[in-house]
Amino acid sequence: MTDLYPIIRSQEFFKEFSEEDVHEVVGCATNIVLHQGQYVFREGEPANHFYLIRHGRVSLELFAPGRGPVIVETVEEGEPLGWSWLIPPYKWHFAARCDTLLRAIALDGECLRRKCEENPKLGYHLMRKMAEMMESRVQASILRMLDLYGNKH
Amino acid sequence: MATSIERAVGAADPMVPAPYVVERFIRETQDTFSLELEPFDPSAELRFLPGQFNMLYVFGVGEVPISISGDAAEPKKLVHTTREVGVVTRAMRGLKPGHTIGVRGPFGTSWPMEAAKGHDVVLVAGGIGLAPLRPALYWILRNRDDYGKVVLLYGTRSPEDILYSKELAKWRSQFDLEVYITVDRATSEWRGNVGVVTKLVGRAPFDPADTVAMVCGPEIMMRFAVEELARRGVPTSDIYVSMERNMKCGIGLCGHCQLRGEFVCKDGPVYRFDAIEPLFMEREL
Repeated sequence: MTDLYPIIRSQEFFKEFSEEDVHEVVGCATNIVLHQGQYVFREGEPANHFYLIRHGRVSLELFAPGRGPVIVETVEEGEPLGWSWLIPPYKWHFAARCDTLLRAIALDGECLRRKCEENPKLGYHLMRKMAEMMESRVQASILRMLDLYGNKH
Repeated sequence: MATSIERAVGAADPMVPAPYVVERFIRETQDTFSLELEPFDPSAELRFLPGQFNMLYVFGVGEVPISISGDAAEPKKLVHTTREVGVVTRAMRGLKPGHTIGVRGPFGTSWPMEAAKGHDVVLVAGGIGLAPLRPALYWILRNRDDYGKVVLLYGTRSPEDILYSKELAKWRSQFDLEVYITVDRATSEWRGNVGVVTKLVGRAPFDPADTVAMVCGPEIMMRFAVEELARRGVPTSDIYVSMERNMKCGIGLCGHCQLRGEFVCKDGPVYRFDAIEPLFMEREL
């Protein structure tokens, strides 16, 4: 079986990680392929994984009664997907549907959490990257709450 | 590579509106529309540069500044796109082919079409901010060999709010122009990006060290777009923004659009970002 090290190493998310730390992470990784229309995960399901998208696009959906599924964000090649694996109760708050053929690295959440406990340096780097992702998503949410495009004429 | 602002072409008598006839009224989205105008005097023409604006006068109602959104290569056909937001633009929405409207202009500075030659060009538009950028895109497409990679990043509220959707579809199918569109919210029928336009900056294919960026939209969107462009490595001296203030006279006399020492109608609306940066963050301006 081919080692996923070179693939994970090439991901933007892991660019600043040491060789040692990436090798640790490889032990939690599997390669996945999903087809257009398939769900990576569904709202309410246990959040067991964290994904790095290598190819394709995923829509994050929230089901609103009376309105059907509303897309709240799309995530593309090179971007990480999902942080619920990190925070109890480890359940997905959104559904992730493939808009296209999807190739991704799936990292086992429990495995990652265990490695972070055992290796605080890896844990710190991973938490810092996750915090960056969260910060950028929160900032994007704030911008959207402002209804940015509504006032110019 | 610090680029520079291009200056306005002056009008003969800037305070006297010239009569124009509404040739076409185009409903663009639920709350935006375009007016295609032709001069009352068939020999007249209005030469402008991309990014400039006109004062449009609905007789008996009032006058408003609206960016020109048509093609500078067609000076006999004037196009303005606006959102219905006040008394004058509401009256404008009621105009029909054959009606007359007053036009003063063109006023203000333009997008740096000359300075951008030989470089990649990134246009970042938010909402109706696409309208003042459309003339720049027409210009580039007419002179395509003068520019490097050209990327349009456009964000709007929903798929229904996409401006110039037919033209965007045409531009997307061209091989010499990259068009990325994102919306704030969508239903599952939408097959494009969902998220803020600033997110597209990180993904777009251009060389940050050799790029001129033109940004137009609400100021807060421009602020975050500039931050993202700078994060990608585009110097702020190569980023241009279009400011919007309460322009009245159009020639820097009345002071309605004054921003510290700047008269946005005359010194703007297009500014090189590094020149206006200190004012950008100031409150109550």
